[in-house]
Amino acid sequence: MDFNEAAGTNPIDQTRVVGHAHDRVDGPLKVSGRATYAYEFHNEAPDAAYGYMLGAGIGKGRIEALDTAAAEAAPGVLLVLTHRNAPEQGKKGKGSARAQMASAEVRNFDDPVAFVVAESFEQAREAAHMIRVRYVTEPGRFDLVAERGNAKKPEPKGSTLADTAVGDFEAGFAAAPVQLDVTYTTPDQSHAMIEPHATLAIWHCDRLTVYTSNQMPNWAQHGLASILQMEPTDVRVISRYIGGGFGSKLFVYGDIIITAMAARKLQRPVKMALTRPQIFNHTSHRPATIQRLRIGATPDGAITAIGHEVWCGNQEGGTFETAANQTRLLYAGKHRMTSHRLAVLDLPVGNAMRAPGEAVGLMALECAVDELAERLRMDPIELRVMNDTQFDPETGPERPFSSRKFVECLRTGADRFGWAKRNPKPGQMRDGHWLIGIGVAGAIRENLTMKSAARVTLDPQGQVIVESSMTDIGTGTYTVHAQIAAEMMGVPMERVIVHMGDTDMPEAAGSGGSWGANSSGSGVYAACDKLRRVLAQKAGFNADDVVFAGGKLSQGNRSVTLESLADPQGLSVEAEIDFGDLTKRYAQASFGAHFCEVGVDLATAEVRVRRLMSVAAAGRILNPKTARSQCIGGMTMGIGAALMEQCVVDTRHGYFVNHDLAEYHVPVHADIPDMDVIFLEELDDKSSPLKAKGIGELGICGVGAAVANAVYNACGVRIRDYPLTLDKILPHLPPMV
Amino acid sequence: MKAFTYERVASPRAAAEAVRRNPGAKFIAGGTNLLDLMKLQIEVPTHLIDVNHVGLDTIEATPEGGLRIGALVRNTDLAADRRVRRDYAVLSRAIVAGASAQLRNRATTAGNLLQRSRCSYFYDTTKPCNKRAPGSGCSAIGGFSRNLAVIGVSDACISQHPSDMSVAMRLLDATIETVMPDGASRSIAIDGFHTLPGDTPHVETVLQPGEFITGVVLPKPLGGKHVYRKVRDRASYAFATVSVAAVITGDRARFAFGGVATRPWRVTEAETRYGDGAQAVADTALQGATPTRENAFKIPLLQRTLAAVISDIKA
Repeated sequence: MDFNEAAGTNPIDQTRVVGHAHDRVDGPLKVSGRATYAYEFHNEAPDAAYGYMLGAGIGKGRIEALDTAAAEAAPGVLLVLTHRNAPEQGKKGKGSARAQMASAEVRNFDDPVAFVVAESFEQAREAAHMIRVRYVTEPGRFDLVAERGNAKKPEPKGSTLADTAVGDFEAGFAAAPVQLDVTYTTPDQSHAMIEPHATLAIWHCDRLTVYTSNQMPNWAQHGLASILQMEPTDVRVISRYIGGGFGSKLFVYGDIIITAMAARKLQRPVKMALTRPQIFNHTSHRPATIQRLRIGATPDGAITAIGHEVWCGNQEGGTFETAANQTRLLYAGKHRMTSHRLAVLDLPVGNAMRAPGEAVGLMALECAVDELAERLRMDPIELRVMNDTQFDPETGPERPFSSRKFVECLRTGADRFGWAKRNPKPGQMRDGHWLIGIGVAGAIRENLTMKSAARVTLDPQGQVIVESSMTDIGTGTYTVHAQIAAEMMGVPMERVIVHMGDTDMPEAAGSGGSWGANSSGSGVYAACDKLRRVLAQKAGFNADDVVFAGGKLSQGNRSVTLESLADPQGLSVEAEIDFGDLTKRYAQASFGAHFCEVGVDLATAEVRVRRLMSVAAAGRILNPKTARSQCIGGMTMGIGAALMEQCVVDTRHGYFVNHDLAEYHVPVHADIPDMDVIFLEELDDKSSPLKAKGIGELGICGVGAAVANAVYNACGVRIRDYPLTLDKILPHLPPMV
Repeated sequence: MKAFTYERVASPRAAAEAVRRNPGAKFIAGGTNLLDLMKLQIEVPTHLIDVNHVGLDTIEATPEGGLRIGALVRNTDLAADRRVRRDYAVLSRAIVAGASAQLRNRATTAGNLLQRSRCSYFYDTTKPCNKRAPGSGCSAIGGFSRNLAVIGVSDACISQHPSDMSVAMRLLDATIETVMPDGASRSIAIDGFHTLPGDTPHVETVLQPGEFITGVVLPKPLGGKHVYRKVRDRASYAFATVSVAAVITGDRARFAFGGVATRPWRVTEAETRYGDGAQAVADTALQGATPTRENAFKIPLLQRTLAAVISDIKA
C-alpha cells in the first residue's frame, strides 16, 4: 500500500479499540518472568556454552603481546578467540556493524581483545581474567574542547545537512536591536537501559540463528551477514522481547558478531551478555556537544535572525549529533542558519540515543529562548507564541506543517500548571530552605516514517494472527498491533495474537526514531486492509462498504462469521506500507510543552524536581496508557540529562571512567515527583493511515531546558554546562548568614 | 571471579577456627560489597567463611547504659530499633540515608564498617591504584576526583570513605569488639579503627588478618538533638558528596563528617569552636585540606551544610 495522499476516513476512525487505554498484552508474561529475553532461550539451546568478552584496557593503540596460555588451559574452557585466530571478516555492514578482533589495533577502550568460551559463565569469566595483554598506547584525541578547532564539515546524516542557510544570518543578526549570543555544552550520555546487550548464536549447518536484544532485527541480519560474509537469507535474527534500548540496540556490537563467530568455530551454541561496565565503552553513547545559539529579535519579541552551531566528535567515519536540526523548524524568523562540525575523537563510538538531535539541541535552544525572553522582559510563553509558525520557515507557506499544536500545548500547560503564579524575577519564591522556581520549554520531535510490512492470518477459529519483524522495546508495540488488528477486523483484542521480532517474518520498520508504532502499525493496517478485501470478496460482498464488527462481516442485513471464511490451514495475506513524498510536501513533527517546578536548596545547591507536566500533540494517540508511559519515561530521562547524567571522560587514558550505574547517575524513584501528561486531541492525516505521529521520544525533548529554566527562576543562576550539578550552582548562591 | 571454596560456620569460635585453617579466607555476611569486588577480581579470596549463622544478630542493653549491637544485625533492623531511634537518632538517620532498602536489608553492622572505596579507579582493574595494587600508583590524582576526599589524603590515595553509618558511629564514640583467630578478644575504639592511607592505602583498618568483628558497643546516650544531613547528586541511592552528623546538647556539640575524608572524619578540637559558629567549626575540621581542582567545592559545601544543620537545630 502506498501512502501518497492524506488519509480519508478509514476503519481506524471507528476507535472502538484504537485510542483507548489498554493494558499491555505482554504484561502478564513480563511480570511473571515468562517473557523470554535473548539470554534465556534455554530450551532452544540447552547445551549452549558461555562466552565472556575481555575488553581493551587502553583508549587507543595496539596489542603488542597476548598470552592466552593460562586461559586456554583453565577448567572448562573451550575456546579463546583473539585477533590471532578470529576468522576473516567482511566490510562494515548495516546497523553500523564492524569487524571485531580483526587486528591488533585497539580502536577504543573495551574494544574486544579476547573472547573466552567455557562450559560455565564463571569459568569463562575467570579464564578471561587470566589473559595477559601488553599494549602499545598511542596518543589519542579524547577532548572535544581541545579538538573543536579541528572539527570539519561532515557529510549529510540521512536527510540532515551539516549546514543550512536562509536569508543572510550574519547581517540579520548584526542588525537586530536585541541580540543573544550564548554557548551551551552537553556531555556524553549513556543509554543505561536495564537489559544488557546479549546474544545466543546457534548454527544449523551454514544457517545462523541469533537470539539477541536488538531494536532493528533486519539491520542486524544484514550487518551480520556482511561481516560474516554470508547471504542475509542465511541469517535469522530473533528479538522477541527487549529490556529497553533507547538507541543503544539500534546497532550491532561485539556481542552479536563475536558470539556468532565463536559458535561457528565450536559448532555449538554460544551465548554472552556484555557486563554493565562494558556497555559504557564498548557500545555507543550520545556524543557530547558544544552549541552556540545566536538569536536576534525586535524589541517587541519578533525573532529576525536565528543561528544554531554545533560542534561534536566521533571516531573516524562516525556521524554527527544533529543538535541544530530542530532549530530549522521550531520558530519563525527571516534570517536563519544551522551548522554542524565534527571532530575526530578516539573515544568510543557515538550514535543515536533517544531523540538524537532534539534531546540535546532543545536543551540549548529552549534555554536560549528563555534567556531572550528575560532580555526582552517578555513572558517566555508569549515569546514562543509570538514566534510560532504554521509552515516550514525555510521554505515558506508552500510547505505547511501537517499538524502543529505547539501554541495549544503551551497554553494548555500554562493553564493547568498554574503558570500565572510564577514570578518572572528569579529567587522570589521560597518554601523552607528551598528556593522555588518554575520553568517552561517547548518540545518538537521530527516525525519519521519507514516502510513496514506485516502478515495477517485468519485461522479457522476466527483468531487473527499478526506477524512482523517489528520489535517491542518496552514501548507497547505488541499491544498497539493487537489494537489495530482488532479494530480493522472487528474482533476483540483477545482474539488477536501478535508475533514479532523475527526476521523470518515480514520486514517491519523496527523500533527507533519514534517511527515504530506509527510505521509498523500502518503495515498491520495495510495487511488487514488486504485481508478485509479478500474476505469481502470471498463472502460475495462489495469490499468498500462491508462492516467488520463482532467477529462478522456484514453488508445490509446479511452477515458472515470470520471463521467460516478461513481455510482449514488459515488464510494469510501480507502487505507493506510505503510512505511517499508527504514528508517533503508537509513538514511533520510532534509538538509539546513541558512545565517544571524545582527546588534549589539554599545551603547546598541540591536541585530536586517538585512537579513536571508535559502537554503533547502527536496526532492520534493509539493507546493513551502506553503513550503516557513513553512520555513519563522520556521526562524522567530529561530530568537525568538536566541534573546528573554524564559520562566522565578521562582525557589522559581516553575512556568513560564512571562506567557503572553507581557512578553514572540516572534518576531514582526519589528524584521523580508526580508527573502529569496531557495529550491534545489531534489527527494527522498526512502522517499515516493511523493519523498518528511519533510519541516515544517527544517526552525527553525539551525537558532538560524546562528544568534548567526552572533552576534559573528559582535562584537566578544560569548554568550553560550540563548537567546542572550542585558544584556548578553553589558558588553563585548568596552567602549563608 | 576466581573459584573459591565455601563453608558455613555456626559460632564466632568456629569462624575463628575456620580462618586459622584458611589464611586466604574472607568472612562473608551480607556480601553487598564483597561479591561485587570478587566479580571484578579486586578481591580474590580462595575461601569464604559464611558467618550469617553465628548469631550475633541482636541488640542488647549494656550495664553501662549503652547498647551492644551484634555484628550481624542488619542495617535495616539497626535503623528501625526503637532504642536506636530514640537514643541514637543520628545513627538511625545515617543508616537510612545510605544505599537502598534492598541493600540495607542484607548489609550488616560489621560489614558496613568495612565497606571499601568507591573510587572509579579502584574499580577499574585496567588502571593503577595503590589501594587495589599496592605500589602501582594513584590514577585519581590528576584524574576523575570530583567525589573523592579532600582531607586525610596522601600522595598514594585520595579515596573517600563511603559509609554513612560509620560517620555516626564515629560521632557516638562506638567501640568495636573482635575475636582473634587464636580466640583472644579485644575492643577497639572507633577513632583508632579506620586508618589513614599514608603509604599503605590498601590497609584500611587496624584489624589483623582473620580478626572477626563480633559487635559494636555504643556508650550511654548523649541526649541532645541529633541530625544527619547527607548532600548528594540525586535524592537517594548515591554516596555522600558531603555529610554532616551532629549531636547538639545546649552549648556543647559533636560533629562528624562523611564524603570529605579517607575515613569517617571527626576533629574534637573543631567541636570546641562551636560557640564561634559554623565557619569556625568547619575551618578547624578541614584545616590542612588539600582538595583537587575537581573537588575543591566540597570545602564551601561542607561549611554551608554545617551552617544549615546548626541553624536548623537552633530553630
